Amino acid sequence: MAKSKSRRPPRIGDAPVFRNTMIAVVLTLVALVIIAPLAVIGYEAFSRGIAYFGKTIANSDTRHAILMTALTALIAVPINTAFGVAAAWAITKFDFPGRRLLLIVIEIPFSVSPIVAGVAYLFVYGLQGLFGETLQSADIKILFALPGIVLASMFVTAPFVARELIPLMQAQGRDLEEAATSLGASGWRTFFFVTLPNIKWALLYGVILCNSRVMGEFGAVSVVSGNIRGQTNTLPLHIELLYHDYNAVGAFAAASILAALAVVTLIAKVALERRGAGRVRRPSLAGTAPDISETTP
Amino acid sequence: MARRILPGLSLTLGITLMYVAIIVVLPLGALIFKAASLGPEDYWRIVSSERATASYRVTILCALAATLFNLVFGMALAWVIVRYRFPGRRFIDALVDLPFALPTAVAGIALTTLFASNGWFGAPLAAIGIKVAYTPLGIIIAMAFTSLPFIVRTVQPVLEELDPALEEAGQTLGASDLEIFLRVILPQLAPALLAGLSLSFARSLGEFGAIIFIAGNQPFDTEITALLAFIRLEEYDYPASAAIASVMLIAAFTMLAITNLLQARALRYTVKG
Repeated sequence: MAKSKSRRPPRIGDAPVFRNTMIAVVLTLVALVIIAPLAVIGYEAFSRGIAYFGKTIANSDTRHAILMTALTALIAVPINTAFGVAAAWAITKFDFPGRRLLLIVIEIPFSVSPIVAGVAYLFVYGLQGLFGETLQSADIKILFALPGIVLASMFVTAPFVARELIPLMQAQGRDLEEAATSLGASGWRTFFFVTLPNIKWALLYGVILCNSRVMGEFGAVSVVSGNIRGQTNTLPLHIELLYHDYNAVGAFAAASILAALAVVTLIAKVALERRGAGRVRRPSLAGTAPDISETTP
Repeated sequence: MARRILPGLSLTLGITLMYVAIIVVLPLGALIFKAASLGPEDYWRIVSSERATASYRVTILCALAATLFNLVFGMALAWVIVRYRFPGRRFIDALVDLPFALPTAVAGIALTTLFASNGWFGAPLAAIGIKVAYTPLGIIIAMAFTSLPFIVRTVQPVLEELDPALEEAGQTLGASDLEIFLRVILPQLAPALLAGLSLSFARSLGEFGAIIFIAGNQPFDTEITALLAFIRLEEYDYPASAAIASVMLIAAFTMLAITNLLQARALRYTVKG
């Protein structure tokens, strides 16, 4: 240890004074910018004690909002996962014209503001939208109801699973799958016994990030949900409602659930990264993986 | 002939195209269709109205300021995580992603409470005459918080792979640390840094949830474009909402193109010859 240290000349910025100042400044800023917001959520949520916190969470509107959020995730995340796996399989296992374009279109939701997404959905399913009148005459409610919330959530999270799988499956190539099928395995068998074991951590990583975003989505959902208390309010929308009702404790109690989810997501993320997930996405040295390394939530 | 021995192309490509068509292309197409059906005169009147242009100004200026803050803080954060070993380094590394993991509405009420005039940060700042909540400064803070990870995460991998030999060469030639940083390290980081900056800026332009709580939302002063699109909707002024949203969409596509260009360049830089 000491030997290898002494052999290497100090790199720039390694002077103790500079090093310690940098660490101190950055740690202070991290405490102020990242930890303080997290701390204030817990502080405000429990500012009137645990009993009051429990009472707030047990409020029927809050319970309903939790249920709506869970239900939305339960529908949107599996569909999204299926899409992500299908997209990754199609794009990495076959060559067809338009692959690059397809990759770009899948990535678009990352660049679009959630508000724009919500407004866009309004012009499809709203009364003034493309299918509005047809839907109304058929008495099908999509906007201001669960289907609208699920659709908007699926828009904002469309790239999450695909983006984790595509670079990885691209890097792994097609040899294993081709060997399996040439030995007579069916497509499903090949996927479940050959491909899936190689991508399971990346898949889980994508699913966890997707779930976290679905449960926390605010902008897009606030446009399409109609904010009907006790009916179409998801947890993030309910937080806004309580906050504007001057019910800060209630808002922060509800927020603490989502903050806890964020912390759990971060822990799971670190655990999965140790297993190699989330790594291949970075611009690869070989330059063969599609460069869909845009955002890294 | 041997190219397609794997099964499942029609199934997986079918699912993919259907999903992309229904979930992504259809709504964006409907938005563009709605905005286009306004006619050029009405469209221009709406998007160039005084209130709309004021919202662009607020959004763009605040996004620039937030991105500038993230440039400095993000670079410092990436530098400290990559170059130094200290207790808690891994913890800090994991925490960097919190702004992405924390729902924007939750971040919004947390930041507002911190910076309100009676908050942990707001009170001392108010004592020295700085008001954050309900001012453009609040918007900048919300934007900076939500887009912080971009610069760290784009710079970090490049910083990790820098070749120490180049720095050593600079040292043996007698350059000072600052000179080496500016003339050897920074040029190597530049492509990744630019890509991170454009991602961070683009995200700030579109951010909504974290901002509306802390912004005050006064037209002409602290009203962001995303909020204006939302307000027009609540006023049942759908054409105006469509037009303003389409401006945001155009801005997003422009930023996407710029980012892709920068990223392609960054990638070229990372490829070792």
